[in-house]
Amino acid sequence: MNESHEPVLAEATAAAAGEEVSHDEHTAHDVSKHIRGYLMVGGTLLLFTGITVALSYVNFGTQKANVAVAMVVATFKACLVAAIFMHLASEKRMIYRILIFTFFFVFGLFWLTYLAWYDPITR
Amino acid sequence: MEIPYTVTARPDTGLWNAKVGIWLFLASEVMLFGGLFSAYVFLRLDAAPGAWPHGLLNVPVGTMNTAILIASSVTVVMAWASLKMRKFRAYWWYMLVTILCGVTFLVVKLAYEWPQKFDHFGAFIKKDALEKYEPFLGNHHLAEKGLAPRTEISGHLHHENAQEYEIALDPVNADPTNPLMDRPHFLPLSHTEKIAKIEKADVEYANMFLPKHSAYFASYFTITGLHGLHVLGGVIVFTYLWLPVGTKLYKRNPEHLANRVEVAGLFWHFVDLVWIFVFPLFYLL
Repeated sequence: MNESHEPVLAEATAAAAGEEVSHDEHTAHDVSKHIRGYLMVGGTLLLFTGITVALSYVNFGTQKANVAVAMVVATFKACLVAAIFMHLASEKRMIYRILIFTFFFVFGLFWLTYLAWYDPITR
Repeated sequence: MEIPYTVTARPDTGLWNAKVGIWLFLASEVMLFGGLFSAYVFLRLDAAPGAWPHGLLNVPVGTMNTAILIASSVTVVMAWASLKMRKFRAYWWYMLVTILCGVTFLVVKLAYEWPQKFDHFGAFIKKDALEKYEPFLGNHHLAEKGLAPRTEISGHLHHENAQEYEIALDPVNADPTNPLMDRPHFLPLSHTEKIAKIEKADVEYANMFLPKHSAYFASYFTITGLHGLHVLGGVIVFTYLWLPVGTKLYKRNPEHLANRVEVAGLFWHFVDLVWIFVFPLFYLL
């Protein structure tokens, strides 16, 4: 990149301001309000990574309890990523409809895994 | 042919097309990783007491890689936000940092973490020979404390002949009754100078830390390998969007580039999200 690009890009910006932004749900002003939030989520995720590591060296009684604690923290982090970075906190209905099916099938998959391990038929 | 609805919303879905596309793709990705994770859960729950290894991976390096991925998720969302605010230069820099983070993650994984495992050796001792190798296993000490027994002696393979293995022992086998060895360490300890000779007749199974070493390493290499391929895919797409092709598209229609970055970013956040589960499951627990 060099300085000579700047005027051309500025023109593109001006042209876009007229044509495209009006169609768009996120205006520049809208996005700038969220930037602080993105940075704070990033910071929180880093903090909770440290917490996950620290908690793994705490003995919660059984190994299963330690796994459960780590998965609760991981799920919290995953929810933050999905809700804020992936904009799922405010998405269109279509996306939620797709994800309801995904959730259903993933849940079914882990339920089958659980059944196979617990083996209620032959036990 | 002009692809429709790259910028404006399609009336029936209320979304531009690529956004629906990426979410359908991510839904299938959830099932792909879900299948592997359920296999992991199954293998782990079925493992005999003490058979699922702990503390074999380098925790500080894994933590650093986690932080790198999180940082790259922030920079890619900032790259998208910069485009939305029509700040191309900021976008260019954020995208560059994202690409560098992705490359660093892969280099650490492929040039440091994996080769270290390929160079590490472990021998599983037959049940009836466990007592003979008690000085390296410390199972009486573990039984007293109610901890799971050890069946593997590991370290650096010094020498091998037809009858025996010579191993420079890992600290856990060099000093197995030391209470410090009861739980995994945060800082990795390198193998000691203490050499153990293990007769091949007493060994159930021995191997380097490769996928065939154990269910643990099979699932570790499969899941981190597939995850690594996703990181590579993301880096390639980001690089394409960062190159002059992206600049041209920006000049033509900045909103179109912003949408492409958003879609690539959604994929990248998903890759980050998978790692959030991989890290504690394989490195810490």
